[in-house]
Amino acid sequence: MSDSTANAATQKLRFYQKGTFTVGNRLVPDAERSVQASIDRSNALTCGHRACQGCGEALGARYAMDVAMRVTRGNLIAVNATGCLEVFTTPYPETSWQMPWLHSLFGNAAAVATGVAAAMRVKSRPEVRVIAQGGDGGTTDIGFGCLSGMFERNDDVLYICYDNEGYMNTGVQRSSATPPTARTATTPAMGPEPGNVFGTGKSLPRIAVAHGIPYVATATVADLHDLERKVSKAMGIHGARYIHIHVPCPLGWGSASHDTIRLARLAVECGLFPVFEAEHGAVTNSRKIRRPVPVDEYLKPQRRFAHLFKDAAGAKRLAHLQAIADHNIVEYKLLGQEEGA
Amino acid sequence: MKHPFAITLDSGSSLANLTGSWRTMRPVYVDRLPPCNHACPAGENIQDWLYHAESGDYEKAWRVLTQDNPLPAVMGRVCYHPCEGACNRAQVDEAVGINSVERFLGDEAIKRNWRFTPPEQKTGKRVLVVGAGPSGLSAAYHLRRMGHAVAIHDAGPAAGGMMRFGIPKYRLPRDVLDAEIKRILDLGVELKLNAKVDNILETMKVGRFDAAFLAVGAHIGKRAFIPAGSASKVLDAVTLLRSMEGEDKPLLGRRVVVYGGGNTAIDAARTARRMGATEAIIVYRRTRERMPAHDFEVEEALQEGIMMKWLSTIKRVDEGVLTVEKMRLDEKGFPQPTGEFETLETDSLVLALGQDVDLSLLDGVPELEIKDGTVQVTSNMMTGHAGIFAGGDMVPSERTVTVAVGHGKKAARHIDAWLGGAVYAAPEKHELASFDKLNTWYYADAPKTVRPMLEGVRRQSTFEEVQGGLDETNALYEARRCLSCGNCFECDNCYGVCPDNAVIKLGPGNRFKFNYDYCKGCSLCATECPCGAIKMVSETI
Repeated sequence: MSDSTANAATQKLRFYQKGTFTVGNRLVPDAERSVQASIDRSNALTCGHRACQGCGEALGARYAMDVAMRVTRGNLIAVNATGCLEVFTTPYPETSWQMPWLHSLFGNAAAVATGVAAAMRVKSRPEVRVIAQGGDGGTTDIGFGCLSGMFERNDDVLYICYDNEGYMNTGVQRSSATPPTARTATTPAMGPEPGNVFGTGKSLPRIAVAHGIPYVATATVADLHDLERKVSKAMGIHGARYIHIHVPCPLGWGSASHDTIRLARLAVECGLFPVFEAEHGAVTNSRKIRRPVPVDEYLKPQRRFAHLFKDAAGAKRLAHLQAIADHNIVEYKLLGQEEGA
Repeated sequence: MKHPFAITLDSGSSLANLTGSWRTMRPVYVDRLPPCNHACPAGENIQDWLYHAESGDYEKAWRVLTQDNPLPAVMGRVCYHPCEGACNRAQVDEAVGINSVERFLGDEAIKRNWRFTPPEQKTGKRVLVVGAGPSGLSAAYHLRRMGHAVAIHDAGPAAGGMMRFGIPKYRLPRDVLDAEIKRILDLGVELKLNAKVDNILETMKVGRFDAAFLAVGAHIGKRAFIPAGSASKVLDAVTLLRSMEGEDKPLLGRRVVVYGGGNTAIDAARTARRMGATEAIIVYRRTRERMPAHDFEVEEALQEGIMMKWLSTIKRVDEGVLTVEKMRLDEKGFPQPTGEFETLETDSLVLALGQDVDLSLLDGVPELEIKDGTVQVTSNMMTGHAGIFAGGDMVPSERTVTVAVGHGKKAARHIDAWLGGAVYAAPEKHELASFDKLNTWYYADAPKTVRPMLEGVRRQSTFEEVQGGLDETNALYEARRCLSCGNCFECDNCYGVCPDNAVIKLGPGNRFKFNYDYCKGCSLCATECPCGAIKMVSETI
């Protein structure tokens, strides 16, 4: 699906006020609905996996892989870093993946994927595409060196990071994607600066953009149409590509399992998680905020931020977080009319 | 099976792992009661007919609509649409224009000549309906569809009751009314005009009727005692509106005063204006806020140059002049006299002070209870006399066309059951799909389509219809603004958002089912269902 047809489809959907943002819509032809609405989606990540109730990562991974499976007509190999996604889907000898899938080490997914892509080239199988995937720990911390190498060599791999903002399956430790003030097992909510400290961490999407690779995008499990369009677009490009998907984690965030999608949505609507696209080193567009909310609305349902709502010191840190969100809103131009709307 | 080096077990699928055992809450699909349906006095299944209308299947929509109400084109013009008042969409942007879509469907049915399906069976029972107003026509329609032989006796020269003799043409064109009445009669309903029933028991005996439904309406204009001098012209609003249907139109003069604050007062004043009155003044003893007339009608009247005199009572009528006393509202909101008087020049005075029921046909019927000028009925619409049912304006209720149509349907169900020696038990109502059950994120913002209005000048001099209808494009747009509260519209959200792939899509029209082998009970489906058609219930562990 090209960009312009995607825009046209979204515009057309606006006429069906009832189903504009839903997964499917009985009033539009099958071809214009999302992959997830299809009765014969591949379910690359199928039932019986051991993810927690309401797992955002399980959802995000199925969303992304089902699109990639459709555009490659099943000619797809996934390489997985160690992490929740690997552990809950594939406890030896059983697996939830209904596609070729490889796991090697925590930190080498990008390098292994580069190797798989090279192997396919050697075997003259250009139709077979490769996706590397991992959590934020395997991507922003442990696998960062291999990933940066994959980017700078412009290897033909799409790397997808499912960002749940911490090391969740090992017991919720801090990663370099953990947001400031979040309580984790290694950043307890105590002392003069409770939770993760301000001024630490990194934004991998921005680092990816700085590599000047053909395509970088962020997405969330709250906007399926946007996520599917981006994965589909990435699969239409050769070279190094990076998609960063925000996936709420009920266990690590201390949120209700039914709030997973709501939180992903609020993260975007408050400005803390900007959703944008970049090509060859430059940001090309951003998803506009539809119903602006203060950061409190996003943070309050998560127990990892409970200390922010206890005292005046918390309120001060809350204001700091709001300032970060406000900065994002300006920097990524998150307010205004959606293009083509 | 031979395994590669260091591999000792066959690989298997996680499908063997039935994660449904983790669950403490279980999602179930439900149909909740949409607030529009809940508010409709005629008991229409609005959400359902909008569902068909939004797919462009207008005939199916019309057929679903007319299962409850045989008069959609009339309803789409004169109903005060309590459905729109209850519409959840009002809390998102504006209520869905249900009334305008209903009118579109009604007009479409007339244009395309859609007919009702005649009854398949005959019960051999005969039912007499007295009065061809909305209530009587509705009862006749439903009884006929149930297979009974139905005869309507009406005192007037044409069918329609207050729809013809009370509602002005500029709100309800008569060709529309005629078309919808004819369609009911075409079902095989017998209509006897100019046939006033004087003695109900006698008429039933002569006609060998097994049951009767009385719906004679309230056609007698109430009079207030106002001292009047000679040659003063005083008439009541009901008489005025009725005479508009005849050959001899009443002469009202240039200055007309209407006394009263209900919808009939507004109708009378707007009619007077169209009859050539340069000044039409409504005199009401309370304030606009306390007026029983609907606000949009007051607004339309003001647009047409009708003047309003609030907090005033008429004390005396003389030739060409009225004496009016100013009132003030006490702390309970009741008007109290102030002793200040003024005069108002006028050529005629129209009294719109409410209507009484002509109950003479019930003289001599035993076991009836009559209170405050209306017939008392039980919850099954039956009067104290077995086999005689009543509805519409002659029983205690809000006097609107829509309520009357609802009475007709309800009475028909009870008459049908009574004739079969049974008692009609209404199915249990579903839980209300209140606003908090919805997830409105998924609906795009879409403001209401405004119906065209006839321009002011023509509204002051002609009886042309004031409010226009929607065309197909904007009727479709309007129908698609429906949120489908409480009822699945197959948006695939539950199927999409399940992290465990535990929702099974059954294909178009068949909705979905849960795969409880794998559903972990996270409630994401219920939370992200736009219309509140999924409910979480506790597992019994």
